[in-house]
Amino acid sequence: MTDAPTLYGLCAAALVGVGVYGFIVNPQPLRKILAFNVVGSGVFVLFGAIAHRGAGSGWGGDPVPQALLITGIVVAFSATALAVTLLLRLADEADSVSLASDTPAPAETDAIPHGR
Amino acid sequence: MIAALNWGIALLVLGLAIWTIVARDTFAAIVGFVAYGLLLTLAWVALRGVDVALTEAAIGGGLTGVLLIRAAAKLRRTEAASNAEHPGVPTRVAAALVAACVTAALAVAVLALPDPAPTLAPETAANIAATGVGNPITAVLLAFRAMDTLLEAIVVLFALIGVWSLAPDRLWGGHPGPRHQADPNGVLAFLARLLPPIGIIVGVYIFWIGADLPGGKFQGATILAAMWLLAMMAGLADTPPVSRTWLRLALIAGPVVFIAIGAAGVAFAGAFLGYPDGLAKPLIKVIEWALLPSLAVMLALIMAGAPERTAR
Repeated sequence: MTDAPTLYGLCAAALVGVGVYGFIVNPQPLRKILAFNVVGSGVFVLFGAIAHRGAGSGWGGDPVPQALLITGIVVAFSATALAVTLLLRLADEADSVSLASDTPAPAETDAIPHGR
Repeated sequence: MIAALNWGIALLVLGLAIWTIVARDTFAAIVGFVAYGLLLTLAWVALRGVDVALTEAAIGGGLTGVLLIRAAAKLRRTEAASNAEHPGVPTRVAAALVAACVTAALAVAVLALPDPAPTLAPETAANIAATGVGNPITAVLLAFRAMDTLLEAIVVLFALIGVWSLAPDRLWGGHPGPRHQADPNGVLAFLARLLPPIGIIVGVYIFWIGADLPGGKFQGATILAAMWLLAMMAGLADTPPVSRTWLRLALIAGPVVFIAIGAAGVAFAGAFLGYPDGLAKPLIKVIEWALLPSLAVMLALIMAGAPERTAR
């Protein structure tokens, strides 16, 4: 039987992997921001599992990493808000939010030789 | 029993995370993300981080979810074009390999964590009496690592300035967000009248007990900001123009008081953000009371977005 910190630590490792995959594969910028938040929460849970392992002095977790986690969640929210507003401004200005460079036809991208 | 519960939470969290990545519809993905945030809150409780659970529920799931849903609604027209750019199978396989390597590396690290775990809990317990507060997390946030909290408040302020500066030049100084119209006799307007008095009390209570029990200024400020946003969305209140002097003063009051007390620490306690003996708790309270309204205004205005209408 796995104890709680190890279980959530492994769960967090999987969350980071799921987020990294989504961040690379999803073409929409908003979905990339969402995937990045999944990576971030995975890192937070991992840190929280480590904090729980450091329980002592009558507390359920090491209060120092837990306090840093609260700071981290707030900073992640601030960065997400800024990224979302940048994206909305881009949509207003350019009428499209593509991240593709000059959106070449797929056939041309395939024709580019390797090693360039 | 508890172990089964933990397994259930972990599997549901993981399943919802996969859903937010693979769902075709962005709106469905974000709704999944909000549910994911709420379930993570349970994970935080299982990990004995109740303060973190409150923050995750309020900010990680709540505010971030609302922010993303609103953005998804505005970006709906671009969704079809973006979906056409889906990468091919080789890219997906490579991405899956990268993700699997990251997960494997982290999993190995989790299984190889040192035992007994390094901890700062005994040091915190030995010094918490000097701060006069009972909640160790508040002691860490406002005494032992007060610098982090000061910079965090300034990061939120800078994010707000960044959001504002994305307004087109002609709208600078105007009202953020659209003017919401709702049926004055509808459910939204009814709730926007009914909930704020309760929400304000709950917000201030969560802030007030933060000295001794789980809670604190960020969680309280988020609830206060949510009440203001509710009134804005129901059309009962308008966002203030960002050029208003009172608004600017309200935003900087918290950080300015924090920095002033920190600077006074250089003269009276020998270190920046040091507190003189016996005065730690009153000074922590002053900082928290000053930060609460500033943070509530910052969070609400970050949610409201960049100025969209000229000031009258």
